[in-house]
Amino acid sequence: MGERILEVENLTVDIPLAVGTLHPVQGISFHVDRGETLCIVGESGCGKSLASLAIMDLLPKRAVRRADRLVLDGKDILNLPESRMCDIRGNTMGMIFQEPMTSLNPVYTIGNQMIETLRRHRRVSVEDARDRAISLLEKVGISAAASRLGQYPHQLSGGLRQRVMIAMMLMCGPDLIIADEPTTALDVTIQAQILLLLAELQREFNMGLILITHDLGVVARIADRVAVMYAGQMVEQGSAASIFTHPAHPYTRGLLDCIPIPGKTRRGQPLGSIPGIVPSLIGTVTGCRFAARCPRVLDVCATDPPFRDGPAPGQAYRCHLDSTGSEPGAGATP
Amino acid sequence: MSDTVLEARNLTCTFMISAGAFRGRRPLHAVNGVDLTVARGEVLALVGESGCGKTTLAKIFLGLQEPSGGTVRLNGQPLSALARLDRARFVQPIFQDPYSSLNPRKTIGEIIALPLRVQGAPNPASWRSQVEDIMALVGLRPQLHDSYPNQLSGGQRQRVAIARALINKPGLVICDEPTSALDVSVQSQILNLLQDLRRDLNLTYIVISHNLAVVEHIATRVAVMYLGRIVEEADTETLFARPRHPYTAALLESVLTPDPSLGIPNTQLGATFPNPVDPPSGCAFHPRCRRATAVCAERAPRPVSLTDGTVACHLYD
Repeated sequence: MGERILEVENLTVDIPLAVGTLHPVQGISFHVDRGETLCIVGESGCGKSLASLAIMDLLPKRAVRRADRLVLDGKDILNLPESRMCDIRGNTMGMIFQEPMTSLNPVYTIGNQMIETLRRHRRVSVEDARDRAISLLEKVGISAAASRLGQYPHQLSGGLRQRVMIAMMLMCGPDLIIADEPTTALDVTIQAQILLLLAELQREFNMGLILITHDLGVVARIADRVAVMYAGQMVEQGSAASIFTHPAHPYTRGLLDCIPIPGKTRRGQPLGSIPGIVPSLIGTVTGCRFAARCPRVLDVCATDPPFRDGPAPGQAYRCHLDSTGSEPGAGATP
Repeated sequence: MSDTVLEARNLTCTFMISAGAFRGRRPLHAVNGVDLTVARGEVLALVGESGCGKTTLAKIFLGLQEPSGGTVRLNGQPLSALARLDRARFVQPIFQDPYSSLNPRKTIGEIIALPLRVQGAPNPASWRSQVEDIMALVGLRPQLHDSYPNQLSGGQRQRVAIARALINKPGLVICDEPTSALDVSVQSQILNLLQDLRRDLNLTYIVISHNLAVVEHIATRVAVMYLGRIVEEADTETLFARPRHPYTAALLESVLTPDPSLGIPNTQLGATFPNPVDPPSGCAFHPRCRRATAVCAERAPRPVSLTDGTVACHLYD
């Protein structure tokens, strides 16, 4: 690990709606170092995608973004005008989205789009850009790269398209990659290949990687650190090993109990589940967001829970219960 | 009543598709000689990558797709001889996306009661109570009877789809990716519900899924498909403990269990799923197979019956 690539402090997104203000992201803080993979995990509607869009300043127009700090590569990007953000996106900050078919332009060839990416940010000749595109396509495991440049996105399979997206994202040599559900639309076999490729490239180019996903299997295999989001808040953060071996927040625990694991969960036996639904984030939201679904809810949960240190170093979670599971004021016993 | 709910023999389904401008039309063998037997009370999982023909197979069983050859028998009767309504009474689908599979302009009550109306079920006065019973069974509050699908969460919608499928007490339910559009915490609720219903109502499921962890959890038997053929079939325990076909082994390796001590698996499958219009010679899997030999490119392996399953691979000839 090393140098800090991205620092986010107290990031908030508000979206005014006819019925009130929606608070999809409520003051989240995290950071990514060079060469590090941070996975942001959570269920749909928890705000993980909007948080990533907020970092890239790609939120819908009416959404209001606030933060105490938003620093990329030592530069404050919180108050940059759109033209300067355009210089950063696709350049120092690379992005990969879920469905490669919708992020590639169907009427331009692969080569066209890759070359344009580089020439938008660097003063290079078309020939040089083309050479770089070919070498990167080879790097991401695409054979006959030169002839692929003349193809259109619809001529490629889903796995190939996602490889093209990754190659395109690497054109400018970014310091940070933000990947939002990059493998959700792919087959399991292809998913493993794409993740392996991402992990290898990230190591080779020493980039920071933020991977947003709902799949805890993916998280466990690729993450250095994990941030769990629930209802717009960060509820737990820590190293992948600590989150999976001793999750501290009741939501993280519940989530881990929900997934069938071959060889661990008993076949045919009921899986764990989290009853209830995610609270509405419209209007004023107070108290622990998870209280209504929490199996260990207390009276005190109606107030905002503090961040506590978890059982492992660097692990923190937002809960009234301490990591031994004792209630507040009950005198923690180790 | 026989104990075989569904029997498919040498089933094929071929589509003629355009191979490009001026190149005419070429056959695509979506399903290519499939034999399958499903016994009462079983949960048979069909797994494979997209394009392997699992959904086409399900459509044939549902009568939504005419097979090009071979026979399907439902409960001993040939599928082609069954009238549409009789078939619908016996086999019902649950689809992947409960956002698009429910009519947005009908109330939940109307959606669930529709099969009763279509089948002309006796005693219309009792439909309401039948709907309420089934809603209770799948865990939907009775107040939702007059709600519309857009007022429901994804998990609730999938419960509506399940209720609609079950109201006529079908013998066979075909679940096409029943949980892949749902969140993890909701997925576990739906899986638990499907398990409970199977036990209580003595249902038989065919589950199509690409999520092998889900398959391992609910299936009793697994059939692995590759390019229109079943390459391995075995009971779940055997298949997960001792995968025989190299493709099955690669699929199992790709399952990402939430274990941070393991890295990302390298399946060495190569990037490309073959073009189904232009399938490889011999064994369709040989270009991606790490144990392929010369014979694999020459002729297709025949399914070999073993004591605890069938496998189509030259390694077991």
